Amino acid sequence: MSNVQFTIQGLKAQVEGKEILKGVDIEIKGGEIHAIMGPNGTGKSTLASAVMGHPVYEVTDGSITLNGEDVLEMEVDERARAGLFLAMQYPSEIAGVTNADFLRSAINARRSEGDEISLIKFIRQMEGSMNKLSIDPQFMHRYLNEGFSGGEKKRNEILQMAMLDPKICILDEIDSGLDIDALKIVADGVNEMRSEERGFLIITHYQRLLNYISPDFVHVMMQGRIVRSGGPELAQRLENDGYEWLKEELGIEDETVGQETEEFQMPMNTTAPKY
Amino acid sequence: MTTETLLPANRDSIQAASKANGEPEWLINLRMRALELAGQLELPKLEKTRIDRWQMDAYGVNKAGQPVTELEELPETVKELLPQSDIGHLIVQRNSAAIYATISEELSKQGVIYTDMATAVRDHSELLQQHFMSVVKPEEHRVTALHAAVCQGGVFVYVPKNVRVELPLQALYITDDAAASFSPHILIVAEQGSDVTYVDNVVSTGLRSELVHNAVVEIVAKPSATVRFATVHRLDKGVTDLSTRRAIVEQDARVEWILGEMNDGNCMSDTTSILKGNGSSSDHKVICVGTGDQKLNITTRAVHFGRQSTSDMITRAVMRDESTAIVNGITKIEKGATGAHGEQTERVLMLSPKARGDANPMLLIDEDEVTAGHAASVGQVNKDQLYYMMSRGISEDQATRLIIYGFLAPVVSEIPVESLENKLSEWVERKLGQ
Repeated sequence: MSNVQFTIQGLKAQVEGKEILKGVDIEIKGGEIHAIMGPNGTGKSTLASAVMGHPVYEVTDGSITLNGEDVLEMEVDERARAGLFLAMQYPSEIAGVTNADFLRSAINARRSEGDEISLIKFIRQMEGSMNKLSIDPQFMHRYLNEGFSGGEKKRNEILQMAMLDPKICILDEIDSGLDIDALKIVADGVNEMRSEERGFLIITHYQRLLNYISPDFVHVMMQGRIVRSGGPELAQRLENDGYEWLKEELGIEDETVGQETEEFQMPMNTTAPKY
Repeated sequence: MTTETLLPANRDSIQAASKANGEPEWLINLRMRALELAGQLELPKLEKTRIDRWQMDAYGVNKAGQPVTELEELPETVKELLPQSDIGHLIVQRNSAAIYATISEELSKQGVIYTDMATAVRDHSELLQQHFMSVVKPEEHRVTALHAAVCQGGVFVYVPKNVRVELPLQALYITDDAAASFSPHILIVAEQGSDVTYVDNVVSTGLRSELVHNAVVEIVAKPSATVRFATVHRLDKGVTDLSTRRAIVEQDARVEWILGEMNDGNCMSDTTSILKGNGSSSDHKVICVGTGDQKLNITTRAVHFGRQSTSDMITRAVMRDESTAIVNGITKIEKGATGAHGEQTERVLMLSPKARGDANPMLLIDEDEVTAGHAASVGQVNKDQLYYMMSRGISEDQATRLIIYGFLAPVVSEIPVESLENKLSEWVERKLGQ
């Protein structure tokens, strides 16, 4: 019996006064893999960032709990220590801070003072995890994400996830920009972490990733809400038929949320070089 | 009739000090001429910095030191600043004069001279006369002129042809008496094909009133020589630090500068490499942390004359409280320096809304066939980086620290003596933790 219970209820969030999430409900238990699919601009990534506590997203209503604890009351770092992990679509590059120093700080932040992980144990763990994800051991001493290719960054996110042992893993478009080999490596890394003690929320644009990580539940997001939930067969249907049928069924014309509809205008007031 | 400038020194006191030290005639003459110049010349014109409002007069007077023969006998305040291990060659200066030196016999066998300046002017007068105030000249402005007139202490390094000095030459300059002058002169002459690393530490402790530290560093790197110069300054709030450092880099020679400016008071730091020879190269790495209301004017400069000469300059400043930093990077490529290449980066990280930072990259190029680049930025701790680190469980404070240390890492990690690198880290920590 799993002891992980992650619940999002009626979550509304806005960015700069614009409401993007209009009441999202999801419940994830340990051992489950949930996928959120949907076209661009429907609020998927906003959901991930709002759950993690990105300062730009303001939660206006609803609740998020992890094993009964109120996540919305927590700072970003507290959420992480409580067991949330977000593998980001665009991880930051931080010069001067090595991958190893960063991860060791993150691990030690979960341990009490005086109980820090020993350097040798840490290095061994890190090497082991890097090996599984086919990451060159040299990356340990590289600056965090600096100069990493898109695929290297994504693998580095999975590396962090593997080492930090979270209870709820949220993967935000982890498949974007990955070639098929890198995708398999990332999927293997995720599959290896599947356990009764852990739940996953996988946000993706394409069904492709779900060929390698089979979800238990599939949700479709449009207009800042989950508009349809189902099993893996829902993902398959979306892959085959696209989103149009669903939009028709639901009577949705524009599935996006909070997008500017302004037409592109040629900027006329720039100063061109004079010859 | 010219306006008489009131100088913080006079002929009699300078002559008295020179005589007491047994200085040769040429040096006394040079000092007298420099003093006269000091009366006529203006203060240096610094970019966006009102140096005339700084404490510029508290030079103190020359005071003889009390030499000791054993490290044990050094005052406690000095002892705690000494390198913990790896003491190979060390000179300690307290206030105006050297009080301790340990130099292995190996060095003298190689013909290397490493000695305090007072000894050098007596024992190596001719050698000194060729180079002293030849790289930095008294004629430049009032600060260099005054330095030539009143400087006491410092060190002289001479490395003969093709000699490689394995261990770094180390020096510690400490001031604890504001009535004593504290304006050392450092002269390093590296003959053809030689290789030497010099590392020093300039510190004040327990000063009761204000003081001016007017120091000059001159480096002469002869063809194919390599000189690495590293310094960490930690002078108190009441000390005005005026440091002029300059190297002449001859053919295929190389000079590397590593500077840690950890002062609490106002500071003018001007460091120049003159790439005179073809194929010469230089590297500048500077970090500073500004706190309180201190004002920093940090200049790195590379002047290319030689063909295929290359220079690289990095300055990183972290600014807190109401401190101000004007960070100038100047790459000057003279006509004829074909194939020259210069890169520079100035970055300022602002930790407080009241802090001020200016990064001024300047490329002054008078030759066509060259490549040069610059990058400059002034900004705050990146919010996305902070969020990213916190999303892994690292607290905001710790994440901020990691980002700041990361920002300074390219310089801190380059200090060639481990004990000084640790000291620098410690002082960075102290300045950031206040």
